[in-house]
Amino acid sequence: MSQSTSVEKISNKNSHKYNFVDKFKRSGLKPNPLTVETLQVNVTKLCNQTCVHCHVDASPKRKEQLNIDGVNRCIEILKEHPSIKNLDLTGGAPELNPHFDYFVEEAKKLGVHVMVRHNLTVTLDGNPVTGEEKTYLPDFFAEHKVEVISSLPYYQEYFTDKQRGKGVFEKSIESIKMLNSRGFGNGNSELMLNFVYNPAGAYLPPSQEQLEIDFKKELHNKYGITFNKLFAITNIPINRFRTQLLKIGAYEEYMEKLVNAFNPAAAEGIMCRNLISVDHDGKIYDCDFNQQMMNMEVEVDGEPLTIFNFNMEKALKRKIRFGPHCFGCTAGAGSSCGGTISE
Amino acid sequence: MSYYDPSDLKRFAEVGKFSKELMDKFFEYYNSAVGEDGALTKREKSLIALAVAHTEQCPYCIDAYTTQCLESGADPEQMTEAVHVAASMSAGIKLIHALQMQNSLKKKGAL
Ligand code: SF4
Ligand code: SF4
Repeated sequence: MSQSTSVEKISNKNSHKYNFVDKFKRSGLKPNPLTVETLQVNVTKLCNQTCVHCHVDASPKRKEQLNIDGVNRCIEILKEHPSIKNLDLTGGAPELNPHFDYFVEEAKKLGVHVMVRHNLTVTLDGNPVTGEEKTYLPDFFAEHKVEVISSLPYYQEYFTDKQRGKGVFEKSIESIKMLNSRGFGNGNSELMLNFVYNPAGAYLPPSQEQLEIDFKKELHNKYGITFNKLFAITNIPINRFRTQLLKIGAYEEYMEKLVNAFNPAAAEGIMCRNLISVDHDGKIYDCDFNQQMMNMEVEVDGEPLTIFNFNMEKALKRKIRFGPHCFGCTAGAGSSCGGTISE
Repeated sequence: MSYYDPSDLKRFAEVGKFSKELMDKFFEYYNSAVGEDGALTKREKSLIALAVAHTEQCPYCIDAYTTQCLESGADPEQMTEAVHVAASMSAGIKLIHALQMQNSLKKKGAL
């Protein structure tokens, strides 16, 4: 589905109406970073798909990618900081970065847990620019025991194709079957296959627990598919999704819904307190959402923090750069890259 | 201009401006009957409520329960089926009254 909106960026201004920091503090919480357990790296904006809700504005036309120096620097950081337990590779379709395989292999050698935000269809579509085949991915993931986290908006075709493009559901099912046949999602704790649900429009996700039961039942009965966990995440009102909300006149209503559903328990567990996010230039952000917005780089002592001047002390000293979009992380049961924060 | 204003939905509680205790009691009853999991799941209740919203032809409730259905994990297919249940019940209810008509025809010696 080519919803070709321009790369719309919004600034960091906390509008009066949606003042996140204020709300956060009024709940008696301190919005400071706690640890860096996860290094999330956005290795490319290139993607074989162009999903309506994509907060990265990824598509086959994007060219940005982390080069080999950046990859090596990330590996050094992992080596120097054993407290960083996870490497979370995202994009675009991260597998389309030419150094992806090397990055995974090196991180695994260090004993780091590697997760990949895998869109499923890239295995069958291959590289949209070079035409390179990607059908080896399920074997590669199995060999390196990579945790596969895949977006599957629904267990039926309608909602999935609406968000991700015509034919995506069918292709995703085929790709999941390939992963299942390599042992993913079958009870082997080293071969984890998790799905991500997000609403098809301007509403909050249903209960993650109930939805997981439905997904498991339906996917197993209809397609014989198995998986480990379902992460229900909230749509964050930035970039393509924000443009869509504005277009249908639902932005204000959606923001109000998020603000009214503010949950202090979810606020306590927002993911930016335990991870940092790296972009294709090596700049560091509080999360992948901030990374996709303008002027949201982390700054410490007046200097941008990057992987090239990385220092753990500085990273923990940073001030998280909140904005109105942060209400997406704290609404209802909360939302993070690992799904619901609190039930 | 239409008589119905969608933004009135958010002002529902303002009905309690008068006889507040009665409205409070209503909300307590309403929220526990419709808004919580019980012997029926919240999703099943939302689908029933959506069907009722259609038979009662209430635009507020149709808006509210479309959202509620989605947020409890229902999909447009299930929601449309719920409306068909409501529609076919209405049709059946109309049709069974044809027996009343037949009784009447009989009384007049026309059947
Ligand atoms: S598959 Fe993921 S990265 Fe690619 S366009 Fe869709 S949401 Fe964006
Ligand atoms: S959007 Fe990013 S910075 Fe804002 S609360 Fe969520 S994780 Fe933290």
